[in-house]
Parts: sequence; C-alpha cells; structure tokens
Amino acid sequence: MSVDVDGSRYVDDVEPRTLLVHHLRERLGKIGTVVGCDTSNCGSCTVLMGSADGEQRSVKSCSVLAVQADGTAVTTIEGLAGPDGSLHAVQQAFHELHALQCGFCTPGMILSAVDLLRDNPAPTEAEIREGLSGNLCRCTGYQNIVRAVQSAATALQASAEVVLPKEATV
Amino acid sequence: MTVTETPMGFGRMHRKEDARFVRGQGNYVDDVNLPGMLHGSFLRSPYAHAKIVSIDTSAAEALPGVKAVITGAVLETLKLAWMPTLSYDTQAVLATDKVRFQNQEVAFVVAESHYIARDALELIEVEYEPLPVVADAKQALAPGAPVIRDDKEGKTDNHIFDWSAGDKEKTDRIFAESEVVVAEDILYPRVHPSPLETCGAVADFDKVSGKLTIYSTTQAPHAHRTVYALVAGLPEHKIRVISPDIGGGFGGKVGIYPGYVLAIVGSIVTGKPVKWMEDRNEHLTATAFARDYHMRGEIAATKDGRIRALRVDVLADHGAFNGTAQPTKFPAGFFHIFTGSYDLEAASCNVTGVYTNKAPGGVAYACSFRITEASYLVERMIDVLAFELKMDPAELRLKNLLKPEQFPYTTPTGWEYDSGDYPKALRLAMDMVGYEKLRVEQAEKLQRGEYMGIGISFFTEGVGAGPRKHMDILGLGMADGAELRVHPTGKAVLRLSVQTQGQGHETTFAQIVAEELGISPDDIDVVHGDTDNTPFGLGTYGSRSTPVSGAATAIVARKVRDRARIVASAMLEVSPDDLEWEKGKFFVKGDPDQAKTIQEIAMAAHSSLELPEGVEGHLDATTVYNPPNLTYPFGAYICVVDVDPATGQVKVRRFIAVDDCGVRINPMIVEGQVHGGLADGIGMALMQLMAFDEDGNHLGASLMDYLLPTSLECPSWELGETVTPSPHHPIGAKGVGESATVGSPAAVVNAVLDALKPLGVRHADMPLTPSNVWRAAQGRPIRTDLAIS
Repeated sequence: MSVDVDGSRYVDDVEPRTLLVHHLRERLGKIGTVVGCDTSNCGSCTVLMGSADGEQRSVKSCSVLAVQADGTAVTTIEGLAGPDGSLHAVQQAFHELHALQCGFCTPGMILSAVDLLRDNPAPTEAEIREGLSGNLCRCTGYQNIVRAVQSAATALQASAEVVLPKEATV
Repeated sequence: MTVTETPMGFGRMHRKEDARFVRGQGNYVDDVNLPGMLHGSFLRSPYAHAKIVSIDTSAAEALPGVKAVITGAVLETLKLAWMPTLSYDTQAVLATDKVRFQNQEVAFVVAESHYIARDALELIEVEYEPLPVVADAKQALAPGAPVIRDDKEGKTDNHIFDWSAGDKEKTDRIFAESEVVVAEDILYPRVHPSPLETCGAVADFDKVSGKLTIYSTTQAPHAHRTVYALVAGLPEHKIRVISPDIGGGFGGKVGIYPGYVLAIVGSIVTGKPVKWMEDRNEHLTATAFARDYHMRGEIAATKDGRIRALRVDVLADHGAFNGTAQPTKFPAGFFHIFTGSYDLEAASCNVTGVYTNKAPGGVAYACSFRITEASYLVERMIDVLAFELKMDPAELRLKNLLKPEQFPYTTPTGWEYDSGDYPKALRLAMDMVGYEKLRVEQAEKLQRGEYMGIGISFFTEGVGAGPRKHMDILGLGMADGAELRVHPTGKAVLRLSVQTQGQGHETTFAQIVAEELGISPDDIDVVHGDTDNTPFGLGTYGSRSTPVSGAATAIVARKVRDRARIVASAMLEVSPDDLEWEKGKFFVKGDPDQAKTIQEIAMAAHSSLELPEGVEGHLDATTVYNPPNLTYPFGAYICVVDVDPATGQVKVRRFIAVDDCGVRINPMIVEGQVHGGLADGIGMALMQLMAFDEDGNHLGASLMDYLLPTSLECPSWELGETVTPSPHHPIGAKGVGESATVGSPAAVVNAVLDALKPLGVRHADMPLTPSNVWRAAQGRPIRTDLAIS
C-alpha cells in the first residue's frame, strides 16, 4: 500500500488486519497519534484522512484498516504545524487557553477541531461541544478546549480575511 | 483570563509542557521503542471464581513469532507468583490455584508483535472448575459464604479488617439524648478513574550489567523501585524506573500491577526488552477501582438545626486482594475526616473491609485516601437532615460551619485543620449563583410542574500526606526530597520525587524557584520521573505534590539563597548581615546601587572568588521535607439542575465552584485542575458505575457502558476563589488537585434530590442515570437492600 502521511509518501506491505493507528505508530513512527480505548469511543487516535470528496476528514484511526488508507493522504498531529515549526491556530490556541493537561487526548482533539472549523468556521459554543463529542478528555473538563476552539476560529477568520483578495469576498 | 508570559514567580503562566504535547511530541510509555523489543499480552479469566484444573500452552508456544508463554507455575519457580500489595496483603501475579475475579491474569504471552501475542492467547487451553461467587459485599460475611482467600493459611472467612475512629461512647451518648436523629444508607458505588492512557510498561533487563530499566506508567517511581528491589531481590542501584509522560493517572497508576512484573519477567526470560500495554477493557476490569463504600450514616441534631454528632458504619468492598493504596496506619484512608466542615460535639465511625470476587483497588480517582467517600457522606447527611427538618440546606450549613476563629481546629476524630474561612466561601458561592432568586425561580417552576434543583456541597479536604511519624507506605515515610542546582550562567535545574500526570509540575515548580530566587521559570528545568536522576520521594497522589514537594522546592531554593548571600557578601566585601534580598539580587543595605544579581552570584560561586572558611562554592542544595501536618483546602460548590421526572433526564444547567487552596502558584493551572475534577463529579453522580451480576460478571467493562462525560454533559463552569493560606506551609499553598472530584458529586446529587424533594424523595444512590431518577421519582428504591447489619 501507498499512503501520504504529513507530506511524505510511504510504500509498505501491510497485513490486511493491521489497524491504521498501528501502521502509523509502529511502522511509520508517527507516535503522536495515540490509543485510548478499544471500542471507538475516545477519539484519541483521530487523524485527518482523504475521503471521496477530496477533502481530508477526521477519522478514528483505530477503526480504519491501514489498507483502507491506500492511495490517500493522511495528516497526523505531527504534520499540522508549518514547515518552519509555527503552530497551527488550533495548536496555538490550545496552548494559550490551557486546553490540555496530560496531553493524551490533545492530538486527536486538535485534529477534530481542525475538521470542525473547516466545516463551520464560526461555531457556537453548543456546536463546538457537539462537534467534539467524539473526543473524550479526562483532565480539562472541556471548558478550556471549547474556549480554545472559539479563539482559534476567530484567529483563522481574521487571517482568512487578510489573505483573501478583495474580489473574492464580493 | 489574562496570562502574563513568564511571571517572575507566582501567576498565570503558559505551560512549558504544551510545546511538545500540541505537536504530538510527548513521550508516553507506548511510544518507547527499543531495539529487539518484544510484546506481551495477558490471557485473562472468564470466571469470577474458579479452580484452575489445567493450563495447556503447547499450541501457543508453537505459533511462529511467540518467544515465551509464562504461567503461574513458571512464576512459582521464581517465587513471583504472588506479590505484596500496598496494604500488606498479597496479590496473585498470575493465578496458580484458582482465579478470584473476572479478567484476572492467568498467562502471559511474549511475541514479536502484539498482534501475534493476541493470536497466541487464543491457542491457550485452560480448564476451570467454577466455584460459588461472592459478588455482593453484603453477602461476603454471611455464614457459609465461599472463602475467597483460601490461599491464606487459616483463613476461613472474607473479613479483612475492622477499623474505627472517634469517641464511640460519647457519640452514642449524644445520639441517645438528641432531639432529632436521622439515619440513611448511602452507597458510594464502585467506579474507575479511567485515565485516557491505560497502564503499560517496557522492561529492559541488561544481562551483562545486571541492570533493569523499566519505563512504566507510575505515579510513584521511587516507591516502585524499592518494591521491585524487595520483591525481585535486585539491589536498587541496579534498578532504574523511568516514568515518562503519563497520559493521566488519577490514582490508577499508584500501585504495581501484574503487567509490570510480567514485562520484567518476560525481559529476563527472553533477554530482550518487553513491552506490555493493556487495552481499555483490561484497564477497567483489572486495575484499581475506586470507592465501593456501603455507608450507614446517622446524624444527631437539635430541632432548630444544630448538628451535634455523626456516626457512620461502613462496609468496604475491597475485591479479591486488599491492594488499597494508603498510609499503613490508615486501612480506611482518611475516611475519619467525615465530620467535614462542621462544628460537632462528637463523632465515631467503624469500617469493615471484606473480600469479594472482584478486582482489587479502592483508593483511586482523586479520592485523597477516601475523603471522596467521607465528604459525600457528610454532605448527603446534611441534606437528609435538612429534608427532615424542612430547612433550607444553605441555612443549615451556615448555622453549623466552623468559624474562622476556631482554626487551627481539632476535629472529634483527631484531624487538626490548619486554616479556613468557610462562611465567606459559601456566601461567595451563593452570591455567584444568585441563591435567593434561584429559590424563587424554583418555586415558580414547580407551580408550572417543572422540576429544578439546587445542590450545595461544602467540603474540607486533607491533602499532603504526610508527617513521617504517622504516615508511611510499606514502611517508606511520606517525606519528599528536592535538589536544586544553579549553573554558572544562572540557569537552574530542579530535581523532584513527585511525578506529574498532567498537573503542570514542569511549569509550577519552576515558578516556585522563580518566586524564591528571581530566576525566570523559562531558565529552570524541572526533572522528574527518573529514579537514577531524582531524589527519593513517594510520588504524586493525594494532591500531595504542592504540600510536600512544593514546600521542599521553596526550602531548597532558600538554602541556595542562603549560600548566594555568602557569595554576594564576598563579592561586595561586606558582612552577609549587611545584605538585603530583593527578588533576583542582593544589595547592600542603604546602598541599592551596590548589588549582585543571582546570575552574577552564580558565576562567582563557580569562580576563583575566595569564599569564607567552610563555604564550598557552587550554588546548589538538597533537602528533604517532612510535613508537620496536612493542608486542608476547602470549597463551596453549588449545582443547578433541571430534572424531568417523566424521563429521568437530568440537565446540569450551572455549576459554581469556589475553591480555597491558600496561595495559588499558577491560577490558570488551578482552574484547569478544578474544571477536570468537576467533570469527574458529573460523571460519578450521573453516569458511571462498575456493576457486577450475581455470577461476578463485570458489566460495563468498556466505554460503551462505562460512561465518561463528553463535552455535551459538562456545562460552562463558573469558578470563584478565596485565599486562606496554610500557616505551616513555606509558601502558604495547599493542595487542590482532587478538591473538585471530592466536592462535586455531592453537589450534583443534592441538586437532583432537591428537584425531587416535592415528590418525597429523600435519598437515591449514584449514578443518577435517567432510569434511576425515573425509579426514584416513582417512589421505587434504586437498591432494595442496603441495610448494613
């Protein structure tokens, strides 16, 4: 199988039963993606994976076979920051608003938030809570995560307004 | 919330830890990969209680890629089939004679991959002979109950211990003469801390050097090293325990589990590093549970609501092996702090521990050694009394709370509370929620047939175990070391015995040093979790890091400052007594221009500068802190819920939490700790339960049924604070991490029952799931038999 992960192509022979999360962690060394449960509830393993509509969508990589990712592009938490190391707006907001403690849910939570904000760039608090309800956190009580996503939404919109040419908004 | 970037000491500071975690660059146990590493996995028991007739491992051993299959019989030859627990009991590492709880460890396969290891488990044949099961703690002491621990010589029943505290005679006397006496059976059900990262280890035994390195999910790496040394017979200098980044602990990672032992044995047997990483089902069913206290509370009072005494009987379900983690002299932890925040004449309790066919545990999930149970008991009993007296629960509390002038206050069961201003905290919470208006709203809603409830919980915590004279774990006194080294250029490294699992130690402990020495926290590296490189101490649980190691850190920094004063006096050619300290520098009294910064002093301390006789130079120090007492943070919590009695649905509308943990090192981090604990409270009060059927089958053994709150069940928390410093603590700080988990369940339950009060419901047990609330609203008991005889 061949999969693009965080901008690099990996070609491997993979057992059909291998879960994507284990392929990422154990074969490709992408250990930022972690495992928190065995029943697809916790979302710790969330990555963005190419889908039929050509967009990368959040998936729980514990519930995808690696071979199902053949020919797709996957973004893990390790590929989210810019090439210069600058943090994505969601990563930055998580830091500034203390939206993480042990850090174990954080990679999945951030990628879910990135997916949420692409679909809904200005979500309400209720929409954020709904949008992140597939990601469990044991440390934060969610409040600062919600606030971080709100803050990231504002930052992303502000930056979008700057980069968009004027004609595009008319 | 404004964050001051890098304050020179206490204050809101962004976390140093975040940089790696938001990039996926943390280093958790399962991220550890060593050359040649193998993978281990357990075969577990399908029965709760059964004799093992035979185990056939031949097919598993023949599977390509399998390197070893270890059974109890193999461990017996190594004298490792049983291990000591933190309660001086024993626990089976691998079952030999029989299994005593469902999912108990029976065999361990070591293979080239965890996929192959799991395949091999399917090939092991075990013949069991099922035995009668004790699933209900109330049946454990019944005549004829099957004896679970027949491995213990002469053991003919399931009794573990009886333990009591307080003045029983005086308490009984007051109960006999009191105007009002109310009793209630209150269950604190079995739950599980369930950190998002399960338990795991990578053991690497180097046959040449004889050195064992074990990476593991441990909250107490030094204590683990000592236990391994005692059990395995290896000297401590040949054991290195490394606790890397931990994905949450919540008390579930204090003790030693069979998996750690088998990773070690597997490494010794195969000569390769061995990783063991359990899955969620294994974690929920076989690692430390929390609570499971069946309590009968009795409260004595006057007709006008003056509380006089409390009496409690507890039946404690400890599972098949007594593995509770608490100081040796306290088999029921600190449960006898159950008089809470109130001024009572007397109190007494008795706790009876029993074996059942369940996993071991008991002390976990931010319980501060059973204070969750104690606090829940008293806060429920206060509401039960208010129900009977038809009094407002806030008024009843205000009438009985300890007053600020009574501190330090010795409770009827012997605790000496350090400081507190309780009425102030409760009034602040009531103001924040708008208590009077809410009661009006509640009455109006009831007219319309809508049920809303307001629940109050006022708690006093006891954290920071503890004074070495009274508190030890397996004989290890609960004092903690700290070591501080300031480098020539004025940057520093602080080494600690405590072990963060997300609580932000790398940030806050640097802030303590910054506060004391005026070195930027960004220039201070906090090292923890590696027993080769940190001073001895007992680790992080019981919210003890700030009370014990926080104190040690302040003191070690002050020792360094004392040395710096001498160096500065040599530099400035004045007497040390002529120098004055201002954060970051010493200056000559009356001449502030004559000054040396801590950075200049650090360089001079390493230079050829001539120092007074007996002063060694360099700028470092070590200390061991033996706390004189616990710290006693407190808080006033108010929860507002809407309840639909027709469906049993509970919606938490608001949650106000006023916490007082004395001086706040980093308020941002304190607030995050409180948020997390409040979510625990919602989870325990409304969702979580580890249930068993009569055959001992563990129900709800996965996240499909063992429900953890998501962002949807949690409201936006509303926090308040008061500051009552601990007088005995070097920086006036108290612990706080577990406060919200201790205090919040009672607030939620009291709120739900407040809503159901018009229906005549006085008490219902957690979890208040829709079906349980519906039953309670129908006047049906949730549990039919809670009487403790």
